[in-house]
Amino acid sequence: MFDFSIVTNWVHSTLTSVMPEGWAVFIECVVIAVWIITLYALLAIALIYMERKVCGFFQCRLGPNRVGKWGCFQVFADVLKMLTKEIFNPKNADQFLYNLAPFLVIIASFLTFSCLPINKGASILDFNVGVFFLLAASSIGVLGILLAGWGSNNKYSLIGAMRSGAQIVSYELSAGLSIMTAVVLTGTMSFSGIIEYQADGWLIFKGHIPAIIAFLTYLVAGNAECNRGPFDLPEAESELTAGYHTEYSGMHFGFFYLAEYLNMFIIAAVAATIFLGGWMPLHIGGLDGFNAVMDFIPGFVWYFAKAFFVVFLLMWIKWTFPRLRIDQLLSFEWKYLMPLCMANLLLMTLMVVFGLHF
Amino acid sequence: MKNEHNTYLGLVFGAIKTLLIGMKTSIKVYFRKKVTEQYPENRKELKMFDRFRGTLTMPHNENNEHHCIACGLCETACPNDTIKVISKNIETEDGKKKRILDRYEYNLGSCIFCMLCVNACPHDAITFDQDFEHAVFDKSKLILKLNHEGSKVEEKKKEQ
Repeated sequence: MFDFSIVTNWVHSTLTSVMPEGWAVFIECVVIAVWIITLYALLAIALIYMERKVCGFFQCRLGPNRVGKWGCFQVFADVLKMLTKEIFNPKNADQFLYNLAPFLVIIASFLTFSCLPINKGASILDFNVGVFFLLAASSIGVLGILLAGWGSNNKYSLIGAMRSGAQIVSYELSAGLSIMTAVVLTGTMSFSGIIEYQADGWLIFKGHIPAIIAFLTYLVAGNAECNRGPFDLPEAESELTAGYHTEYSGMHFGFFYLAEYLNMFIIAAVAATIFLGGWMPLHIGGLDGFNAVMDFIPGFVWYFAKAFFVVFLLMWIKWTFPRLRIDQLLSFEWKYLMPLCMANLLLMTLMVVFGLHF
Repeated sequence: MKNEHNTYLGLVFGAIKTLLIGMKTSIKVYFRKKVTEQYPENRKELKMFDRFRGTLTMPHNENNEHHCIACGLCETACPNDTIKVISKNIETEDGKKKRILDRYEYNLGSCIFCMLCVNACPHDAITFDQDFEHAVFDKSKLILKLNHEGSKVEEKKKEQ
């Protein structure tokens, strides 16, 4: 297994040999920021393309197929169009909040994105309460959505934002509880620790029943948290035109759009990291030859393959089920999903106490 | 079995079951052959459905004969004044006066493809074909003459 920290350590020692450490850290920070933004944009393009193709296939269509072979340049064309569009401000909008909101959403998304370890030794933010930080950072996004709805002086936006607030605040609980179930089993809150724990088997196998339930509840809650799938009430197109981003145009709308897709990827990647082992290859205890072969596949390939598999699951759910009503949404969370998560957490705790896991 | 859906757990399991049925249905569609027609590439083998209304035509048989008796019912039925039936009177060999079709003018530019003309025709002289590539560079090219040059009405075979 290739350890990426060799590269980062080499870069750091080379830089510190020619300049003071402060400057070296500064340059590394700039490089990493550029890297995050590039990866973010590329992933967003890949996800939007995948979404449009998968959506088409689920509706018995072909999806985009005109720009480039199989329409692979369609999203690049869309991004170029978006960059050239005018950003305008509605007359009676709260200008400061209106312009601030997309940046809050995208910053929350960036912060969450930088928590994810892509390869062994290639995690950008990794510390002992990483899971806690991820949950905290991802919930800044709802602030941006609320401000966008409030600031744009539009009733559709406001209704969308209020729905979003109710929805995200509720489903954050279930998402948190499902992740807590995994934390109970692994006994650590840092992502590198959670992945190290899965070296001899992914959590979904090691924790069997409660881990599978937690994985599914996390997918449902995460899907609701990023306003997608059957839970897309905040931007319900048939009811609210575009919900909280009705008044936005150009790249401000683009930020919401990017953040929406990247939040979906983040949910999928967190599920893949916590329950499916992240960059950890498929290891089966006892079969050393098999494990050695699996180690030849680099970690980031495993990571992206697992994340995109979960993304496909989320898209499958989104393009199968109709949208819920707001009362159904809230009663589903408070009457069904959260009690299930709590019972599951209890089950996992009992299992860890009596040593019933693998 | 009936009140299973009224209990809390019955509702949960019923919901999971129906959700899985839905996901099974959609994944089947995902792998099914796609219905998208890629038009300009497939124009050779593209086949429109039977009742498609392309252009109004007047079918002629191999002797250059059509069924139109120039009664003008299609012209009156047309809501858009798209059809002009121009007739002329001739004298047949046995001395009878007869009105026959001279020009059947059809303006594609104002046709709304409602099919009232075809329904009004008592002799099934006109019908819609499958041709839908109507774009031309000049408006005057949209005015079509449906009866062929030198055609005449098909005589009824007298039953003896």
